[in-house]
Amino acid sequence: MLTNQEQLLSKIASNDGHGENSAFFDGWKAYDSDPYHPTQNPNGVIQMGLAENQLSMDLVEEWVRNNPQASICTPKGASQFKDIAIYQDYHGLPEFRNAVARFMEKVRGNRVRFDPDRIVMSGGATGAQETLAFCLADPGEALLVPTPYYPGNDRDLTWRTGIELIPVVCDSSNDFKFTRDALETAFNKAQESNTKVKGLLLNNPSNPLGTVLDREALSMAINFINDKNIHLICDEIYSATVFDEPGFISIAEILQESPQTNPELIHIIYSLSKDLGFPGFRVGILYSYNDAVVSCARKMSSFGLVSTQTQLLLASMLSDEEFLEKFLAESAARLCARRSMLCQGLAQMGVGSLKGSAGLYCWMDLRRLLKAATFEAEMELWRVIVNDVRINVSPGASFHCSEPGWFRVCFANMDDETMRVALGRISKLVMQSNKNSESRKPCRRRSKLEISLSFRRLDEIMMSPHSPMTSPLVRART
Amino acid sequence: MAIKPLKQPSSASSAAVRLSKIAVSNTHGEDSPYFAGWKAYDENPYDESSNPSGVIQMGLAENQVSFDLLEKYLEKNSSDATSSGRVSSFRENALFQDYHGLLSFRKAMASFMGKIRGGRAKFDPERIVITAGATAANELLTFILADPGDALLVPTPYYPGFDRDLRWRTGVHIVPIHCDSSNAFEITPAALDSAYSDAESRGLRVRGVLITNPSNPLGATVKRAVLEHVLDFASLKNIHLVSDEIYSGSAFSDAEFVSVAEVLEARGGRGSERCHIVYSLSKDLGLPGFRVGTIYSYNDAVVTTARRMSSFTLISSQTQQLLATMLSDEEFTAGYIETNRERLRRRYRMIVDGLGRAGIECLKGNAGLFCWMNLSPFLKEGTVGEELALWECILREVKLNISPGVSCHCAEPGWFRVCFANMSEQTLQVALARIHDFVERRRGNQ
Repeated sequence: MLTNQEQLLSKIASNDGHGENSAFFDGWKAYDSDPYHPTQNPNGVIQMGLAENQLSMDLVEEWVRNNPQASICTPKGASQFKDIAIYQDYHGLPEFRNAVARFMEKVRGNRVRFDPDRIVMSGGATGAQETLAFCLADPGEALLVPTPYYPGNDRDLTWRTGIELIPVVCDSSNDFKFTRDALETAFNKAQESNTKVKGLLLNNPSNPLGTVLDREALSMAINFINDKNIHLICDEIYSATVFDEPGFISIAEILQESPQTNPELIHIIYSLSKDLGFPGFRVGILYSYNDAVVSCARKMSSFGLVSTQTQLLLASMLSDEEFLEKFLAESAARLCARRSMLCQGLAQMGVGSLKGSAGLYCWMDLRRLLKAATFEAEMELWRVIVNDVRINVSPGASFHCSEPGWFRVCFANMDDETMRVALGRISKLVMQSNKNSESRKPCRRRSKLEISLSFRRLDEIMMSPHSPMTSPLVRART
Repeated sequence: MAIKPLKQPSSASSAAVRLSKIAVSNTHGEDSPYFAGWKAYDENPYDESSNPSGVIQMGLAENQVSFDLLEKYLEKNSSDATSSGRVSSFRENALFQDYHGLLSFRKAMASFMGKIRGGRAKFDPERIVITAGATAANELLTFILADPGDALLVPTPYYPGFDRDLRWRTGVHIVPIHCDSSNAFEITPAALDSAYSDAESRGLRVRGVLITNPSNPLGATVKRAVLEHVLDFASLKNIHLVSDEIYSGSAFSDAEFVSVAEVLEARGGRGSERCHIVYSLSKDLGLPGFRVGTIYSYNDAVVTTARRMSSFTLISSQTQQLLATMLSDEEFTAGYIETNRERLRRRYRMIVDGLGRAGIECLKGNAGLFCWMNLSPFLKEGTVGEELALWECILREVKLNISPGVSCHCAEPGWFRVCFANMSEQTLQVALARIHDFVERRRGNQ
């Protein structure tokens, strides 16, 4: 290869906008090169950095088995093969759009209606986010995004579009809720640097917090964007992963209650990757109340349509009311149970996590394990967790969190046994840290703990035959 | 309660809440006559029994002549959708979101692409990047190879979709390499040089040449000598060469199609790091709904970057799985490729002979799903205005939707692309009869 290769490529191709040069990819590499397996590789890295929903896949598999007509690969479904294979209309199969609209309504307790003609397909939510950015903002313009936020936003919204993301800084003093002040501060900062703000991006339920926005926050957001005459993008990709109170309130509901809001400013992003556990099928949905955006986004969807084979399967699955009732209830219950297992396990070690009612992860508080309240210390702790404790978790800095010491821990992409192993490993880390805590600074003010510490109960609950021989923290310090 | 949209945004709000420049531009190209004919068809589609006087769609390059082969394959190989004989279970497949794409799928594609080229080129599965269709592949490559404001040289006439795919969101310009009927629209060295100078004089930095081989809309393969010259030109100017080979499996005979991959192999790979091939199953296999596109690049940095970008446009893992199985079936693929070629050739002969009997000539073609028809004798002055008037007449009176050359940026008025593979033989005969009558009427009127 010639050494002047890079000069032959575009600026976009040569810059870091893809986000993969970040240090956090080391966690993925560590997992990829040494993945945990209960029998074949018990000392491998446990993947807790991937927000996937695997808990209710058996229900889906059962449905697929019982509905061969929904698949063009089966004898029952093959007669539809030709029509499905030819269909390339970027509006999408009507039955698919109808089914998606009905599903989205169901997830919102039928408190709102969605118009199938406003549903636009995209290459996953990844594609939907980028498409919206292309429609709403010019290069150099900006979107406000509350922190901490999903790291993929940086690539999805800015890489090829050339727009900027301006953080709306939130912190643990109020459970990372965004305030009107924080919104105004971010907006004014943009103005001072002559950057035009075109919109506000919210993620509800939140990744990585695992919390839902309450009515007050949503109303405040809608008032803010209405006042500033900017767009509001609500990424509701985790809407059906809500498993507890407080329940999910969609921006669609708030819009319905706010006749003074200009609906042309409101856009929703959705996908089936999280709620149903189908990231491979690349089903992204863009829903806009703005006709021009629907029209433009639909044209752009040519660059990322959903395979009609997949549209057909989902049109059928998402119209099966009985199945959906069962699935949604069961999925919520399983997510609730799994999250409790993780968070109570952590709490019993004295590790707090943000109270949340949604998502596939929890927002873990490891501030008191940091050597200093710095991001360097967070990075050091993270390397210990990945390399020595052998768990891949996601450090808060990768989510642009303003406070060091928070980590996102995913729980829905493994079985119960693996979770126990993971908790056992974390407990070793915490125990060692507690031993070393006399030589450290006093504890910082904590966020809510769910249950107080009890070391004696630890051994009963954590059955971890695969513990490392020496403490990772001791090794890290020498 | 549904939220009704405002019918017209108030002027105050539309001024303040402007959408992006990209959103308000019409570079998406949907206002072109290429699409207007589609609307006429949608409103009044031909049907043999229920609407025999409707518009026959001859503006859509779809391949429906070999569907029975696919259906037979499925009949023999269909099974329970969740298991048995499949490489992975439903669960594994539904979770598979790795942007490398399923290895089994990439291997099957690489093998299929090699077969199409008669084994004269080999493809490495590790260089295959998956995209949701060639539409996405072409846009993605443009993002990688050129900056906004740069230019790609594209021979005319070209596929109208390029205006959107290469330019809309990328901000890149297309500078035409003008070809004409004096030499069967082949790319000449002079035309290449002229296009390059044209770009320079407009202050545009040329980053690459993009050819379609076999050509859409010409329906003809690019000669080896021309490929060699374009490659040399790209090397000389230190620019890229993108070869969109989406119709490679639709060449009527294996021997007539020469891929840039073969030329590169013959050169021992010299200059390959500037070459990239686009492929898709939408035309050769007739599966446009499945959104199966690939980029094959000989440049490591392009493969890596394209792979990262493909996150915006991956192929459904369900579809990758289906095609991995289908395309690795040696018996099926060999049989399909040969039979498909034969049927397309037959179809081509049918239409060209039928047009010939009406006194209409076509460019000598040897590939694709369409022929390039010459109606310039019907134009008095030979202007674009006349071409469009004739097109409109054919649409409204003859009720045929065909694509006027101007929508393909053809430099010579009077040429039209006519698709023949998206209908039954009967329908094709009906279309030919209508053309025949139309020509007779015009002769009678003169």
